[in-house]
Amino acid sequence: MRETTDILKASKRATVTVSEALAFAIMIAAVVIAPLFVYPVFLMKALCFALFACAFNLLIGYVGLLSFGHALFFGWASYVAAHAAKVWGLTPELAVLVGTAVASALGFVSGALAIRRQGIYFAMITLALSQMMYFFALQAKFTGGEDGIQAVPRGQLFGVVDLSDQTAMYIFVVVLFVAAFLLIYRIIHSPFGEVLKAIRENETRAISLGYKTDRYKLIAFVLSATLAGLAGSTKAIVFQLASLTDVHWSMSGEVVLMTLVGGLGTVFGPVVGAFVIVAMQTYLAEFGQWVTVIQGAIFIACVLLFRRGIVGEIAQVLRIRL
Amino acid sequence: MFEIFGYPSTQLFGQLLLGLINGSFYALLSLGLAVIFGMLNIINFSHGAQYMMGAFVAFLLLQHLNIGYWPALIIVPIVVGLTGVVIEKCFLRWLYKLDHLYGLLLTFGIALVIEGVFRNYFGSSGLPYRVPESLQGGQNLGFMFLPNYRAWVIVFSLVVCLATWFVIERTKLGSNLRAATENPTLVRAFGINVPRMITLTYGFGVGLAALAGVMAAPIYNVSPQMGSDLIIVVFAVVVIGGMGSIMGAILTGFGLGVIEGLTKVFFPEASNTVIFVIMVIVLLIRPAGLFGRTA
Repeated sequence: MRETTDILKASKRATVTVSEALAFAIMIAAVVIAPLFVYPVFLMKALCFALFACAFNLLIGYVGLLSFGHALFFGWASYVAAHAAKVWGLTPELAVLVGTAVASALGFVSGALAIRRQGIYFAMITLALSQMMYFFALQAKFTGGEDGIQAVPRGQLFGVVDLSDQTAMYIFVVVLFVAAFLLIYRIIHSPFGEVLKAIRENETRAISLGYKTDRYKLIAFVLSATLAGLAGSTKAIVFQLASLTDVHWSMSGEVVLMTLVGGLGTVFGPVVGAFVIVAMQTYLAEFGQWVTVIQGAIFIACVLLFRRGIVGEIAQVLRIRL
Repeated sequence: MFEIFGYPSTQLFGQLLLGLINGSFYALLSLGLAVIFGMLNIINFSHGAQYMMGAFVAFLLLQHLNIGYWPALIIVPIVVGLTGVVIEKCFLRWLYKLDHLYGLLLTFGIALVIEGVFRNYFGSSGLPYRVPESLQGGQNLGFMFLPNYRAWVIVFSLVVCLATWFVIERTKLGSNLRAATENPTLVRAFGINVPRMITLTYGFGVGLAALAGVMAAPIYNVSPQMGSDLIIVVFAVVVIGGMGSIMGAILTGFGLGVIEGLTKVFFPEASNTVIFVIMVIVLLIRPAGLFGRTA
């Protein structure tokens, strides 16, 4: 009930709040300054995952649908982009575009299947579908099986800018990330986004108000899959590699964790969560398998103690919208 | 030896048998998931990890305490079931008032922790567990060779499944349980300790998973990741069957195992994915699942 009134309030002040503008400015400043202090490769990885988590959050945070199979879109887009860049010799922007389009199509098919069931079944169906596509990736010829697609050329952006230059690559990733971030922001604050939130709060009621909720859910699913695909394609170009890791179910679990740590249903949460988790994986890599245990423990702690996530808790304490 | 559809009978029946074995594990695990979901409204993502724990506890009992298969069949479900009781008491009980999804996320976290810990201590490679002496060898049925242990697994898991069905659908305890699923507040008003019932139900479901783990130990190698891939297939089985009916879970489990076995003979490339494909078809034709009631 209280959450519903929050949403009503939110829809009244649909314009950008001061806190959001400030947080956005801080984020942009951080992204610009960070390469002076941190490895650009680490930043690019974190940005790709931040985009992935934002795409995932569009579904869980604003429609209330938990997809446990988002690795399907992330991983398959990265395979297709890598293949397009390496075998077809496409320029990076076209490779990314092709990968994203494939993720979109996959999102349409699997979304149409998954929304036929609600709640807990939705999560299980998406997980099963992504596992099916994992086996296809394992058996298909073009994916290179256990080896993956290696040595993908970064190529010349628009045939002009050489992306093997780290700075150029970084700028490309940042531009894509910011554009997608703003697009997601626009979506969740549009009339369409308000309907999505209405479905999250009370689907039956949204139906009785005359909304074709299945259609809204499907569009949201396709959007989320598309943006996850954008993240996956970009990652394939940055790391010049597409592998089974990206389609495995544990990748779906990781994006859930990032979003949960940052804050479900907050605009900036997934970004913060992605940076925290990627940093943790990078700096704790020497502990090997214990990283999995730590991730599991964070899951448990988040669910039991910090369901709002980092950004959600901050927003709650400061009484602002983030 | 004779041929069926151009395939040697030994191969066909051999895969059919393997399919029935897989099917008995699908049935036992989806049964446990259904029982837990009915009472707790939680999808137990750590079910696969608990199945793996069952196999490992049996392995450790044999290795360090020289306790063999038969005692393990009783000890292991109790031990692992008790860890389930602890998990329910410490973690799950805080989630009943929240969205179902948090239960899934929490048990996913628990699964990661369990799997990670076992992988740290035992590595990723499989460890062998020998077939108990009394069940070694096999019968030559003329059209195929039937190893005794495999026959035992199929028969015993059928017995366990049917016993569970009987307890839930035909006894006083089961009717209390079903009533508590429908309306916990009302059942409490009759003086039945519902929270304790919930705890024990979770323990029982986890025990079933562990029992399946013990039975699986001599067939597959004991390894930390043996549960995680299996549990995703079992989720698909649950989607196909629907969790509304206990008998439905059992039938779907065995049926899909057989179909998967046959696929291995006729179209081996698809054997990994056939259950997922069936799930897609069922979703298109009967979205509520074969035995499901519409939510």
